[in-house]
Amino acid sequence: MKKFKLNLSRNALSESKLLFPIIVLMLILLFDFIFIPGFFKIENRDGNLYGSVIDIMRNGSIVSLLAIGMTLVIATGGVDLSVGAVMAISASVAGILMNPSALKNEVFFVTDPTYTFQPLWVVILVPLIVAIICGIWNGMLVAFMRIQPMVATLILMIAGRGIAQLITNGLRVQITYRPFSLIGQGWFILPVSLYIVFVMLLITWAITRRTAIGMFIESVGINDRSSFFSGISEKNIKLMAYTFCGFCAGIAGLVACSNIKTSDANNIGLYTELDAILAVVIGGTSMAGGRFSLVASVIGALVMQAVTQTMYAVGVPAFALTAIKAVVVIIVILLFSDQVRNVIRGLGTQKNEV
Amino acid sequence: MSEANNYILTMEGIDMAFPGVQALENVDFTLKRGEIHCLMGENGAGKSTLIKVLTGVHKPDAGKMILDGKVIHTKSPLHAQSLGISTVYQEVNLCTNLTVAENIYIGREPRRLGSIDWVKMNINATNLLKRLLNVNIDVSKSLGTYTVAIQQMVAIARALDISDAKILILDEPTSSLDLQETKQLFMVMRKLKSDGVGIIFITHFISQVYEVSDRITVLRNGKLVGTFETKALSRFELISKMIGRTLADLDEMTNIKLKTSKRIQSEPVLEAKNFGRAGEIKPFDLELHAGEVVGLAGLLGSGRTETASILFGVDRPDTGSMIFNGKSVSDYSPLGSIKRGVALCPEDRKAEGIVDDLTVRENIILALQANNGWLQYLNLQDQYELADKYIKMLNIATPSADQPVKNLSGGNQQKVILARWLATNPQVLILDEPTRGIDVGTKAEIQKLVLELADEGKACLFISSELEEVLRTSHRIAVLREREKVAEFSGEIDEHKIMHTMAGSSE
Ligand SMILES: Nc1ncnc2c1ncn2[C@@H]1O[C@H](COP(=O)(O)OP(=O)(O)OP(=O)(O)O)[C@@H](O)[C@H]1O
Ligand SMILES: [Mg+2]
Repeated sequence: MKKFKLNLSRNALSESKLLFPIIVLMLILLFDFIFIPGFFKIENRDGNLYGSVIDIMRNGSIVSLLAIGMTLVIATGGVDLSVGAVMAISASVAGILMNPSALKNEVFFVTDPTYTFQPLWVVILVPLIVAIICGIWNGMLVAFMRIQPMVATLILMIAGRGIAQLITNGLRVQITYRPFSLIGQGWFILPVSLYIVFVMLLITWAITRRTAIGMFIESVGINDRSSFFSGISEKNIKLMAYTFCGFCAGIAGLVACSNIKTSDANNIGLYTELDAILAVVIGGTSMAGGRFSLVASVIGALVMQAVTQTMYAVGVPAFALTAIKAVVVIIVILLFSDQVRNVIRGLGTQKNEV
Repeated sequence: MSEANNYILTMEGIDMAFPGVQALENVDFTLKRGEIHCLMGENGAGKSTLIKVLTGVHKPDAGKMILDGKVIHTKSPLHAQSLGISTVYQEVNLCTNLTVAENIYIGREPRRLGSIDWVKMNINATNLLKRLLNVNIDVSKSLGTYTVAIQQMVAIARALDISDAKILILDEPTSSLDLQETKQLFMVMRKLKSDGVGIIFITHFISQVYEVSDRITVLRNGKLVGTFETKALSRFELISKMIGRTLADLDEMTNIKLKTSKRIQSEPVLEAKNFGRAGEIKPFDLELHAGEVVGLAGLLGSGRTETASILFGVDRPDTGSMIFNGKSVSDYSPLGSIKRGVALCPEDRKAEGIVDDLTVRENIILALQANNGWLQYLNLQDQYELADKYIKMLNIATPSADQPVKNLSGGNQQKVILARWLATNPQVLILDEPTRGIDVGTKAEIQKLVLELADEGKACLFISSELEEVLRTSHRIAVLREREKVAEFSGEIDEHKIMHTMAGSSE
């Protein structure tokens, strides 16, 4: 009878996608708590909260946004390598809409924080539409042209940065328009970008879990042929996932350029696709597609950010950062792999026998 | 003592629990050298689990296994294979994107100068299939292009070819085979038996049990009912031991058939005219009427599944037209069919049926939900009600509606797929091997259900490799041969005539 219970709890453990990323996040924060004095200190300045933990969430908001869209794509059995490039495109479009001087090939510095070429809603809406078009492009290639997701999105990953450069005429566009920079830098008790992540998470959750979309995405990711036989339009589901992923990347691009007050086509979103993919994997969604959890992916994104931030805090030099991050990620993913789980499970049963 | 020596395998006190299910409880099993031993039981009785414990897929919670006098702890199927246990699993676990030859020789490819000798591999595979099972196919094509039956035979050939096997395990190898292929397989089994190999054979076909087996072990709800000499156990006794009560008479069914055949509507619901697709099925005419069950009979490769696929819109027709309820059809796709009120329960449960990580509930509502569209998400309570209704109606053995469907036994997965299509409440129900892997009792119930559905005014197309079953359920039978519809029979149907038509021989 005891054995039976053990079986149950073991199963619950492997079924819940949330548990693993939460444990990892806790472990990292525990490390921080022990080794970095004042890590959990939160200051209250004029009613706004500041501190390392809040920084993790704020800096993690870009990867969180990407991870939300990436989760849906990976759940269909695909992957989107172009999100970093789409971020750059979205940032460039936004930059040029506020400060079109670059187009005239003149480097002219605007210093007036109230100056913008186009009103705020255009500055936000147009880049998002462009990002959605990028997503549709990816989705068409994958769903209708049947190109391997990795290859299909590689096209935009490479071409996207070039497009972003073209848009800004190869220049870094300064952003001084104050209302726009609030997106990435504003604070309303908590950083504004946190609210953006939260709202996106809520909306995406509602779209996927309060409608049948979530089940259809999982079904397509698990067995697209069975789904087709059951009347699910596998192509439309995939198209939708990539489109949404593009949209998320567009938002992330706005947050990023608002944060650094520059539309830098070369550097915005560079390598973030990898962080986003890893965040989703840490969140327990299989790269082969299938079951997903949005919350777990966002926690995965925070894990990625917490690792980075901890490295900085303990003084790991910037050049060694990626290497160490890679090691941490490998350990985390190994821990979650079926193989290792089976070994752990095996140890459990052997103990049982005794 | 001499008796004990005779046993090549002894399993003692095997316990195996899954969350919420005690799949095996204190089960003993013995296998003699050179015997064919049938493992019998209802869907979910624990047959496949016992096999998987033996081959190291599952680690038992308790129990001992002795192979050839030595205690063994199988760690993995590969390990079991190295100990001389060769297995064909219930769910064909081959790679559909590799060629037939690669599937047979994967891991033991013939080599020349260190590299794989593809030519030899293809020749060997062709010969092996021909010699053992009398199957002639192009082994350089990918396995996925062939039907489930062929895939099943490839899996069998692979297991049979492993030379130093002491034990051969066949978990429902004949579930989609025709009489002819089954005969061929039995010949090979008898030959191996005379070589001293112990064979464990699982099937739901009672007649096959009596044709080949020496002893029978019956499981019920994970518990051992007993092991019997086949000769000393009547069919009736066997069935009552399996289901724990006596089987209701099948006579009742023939009565239903007579009753319903009076209700057949004269206007067809679905009418296919000169309908066909090159390479799949030659143009055919077919009418399906409300209140009627039409059987589709034919040998392996005669185009039964192709007919179902094209009628459901999985493949587009390249000639002909379809009229549904008097209107000409233009949207040939599964979704289009579902929206019209057509359902197809596909033959290939694993590839085209279940979505294995989704729960039983989600699998059951999938097609209905696709029909309703993504916005009209059924609320959870309705989902559970629907799932529970079919779990009860089809007697699906599962601890709850939230169990991932992959954790169900093969036969119960089949019932879930059937439930998915019944839930759409279709006007036309196309059933391609709906009773594949389903136990005797439930099989009769499903046949009865099909007749009841017809009685309620649905049109059914019933496809099965088991002629007996087609005869029992159908009011009218269409016969296919070599991808062509060659005849149609109605009224008093003569079994022999149909068999001859299927084979293309004169009487
Ligand atoms: N991996 C698993 N996880 C949880 N439950 C399982 C798992 N595998 C099997 N079961 C349960 O164990 C029981 C026995 O299953 P098993 O597959 O052995 O049945 P079976 O006798 O082979 O039936 P069938 O004739 O349908 O193939 C079933 O109730 C099934 O739901
Ligand atoms: Mg089984």
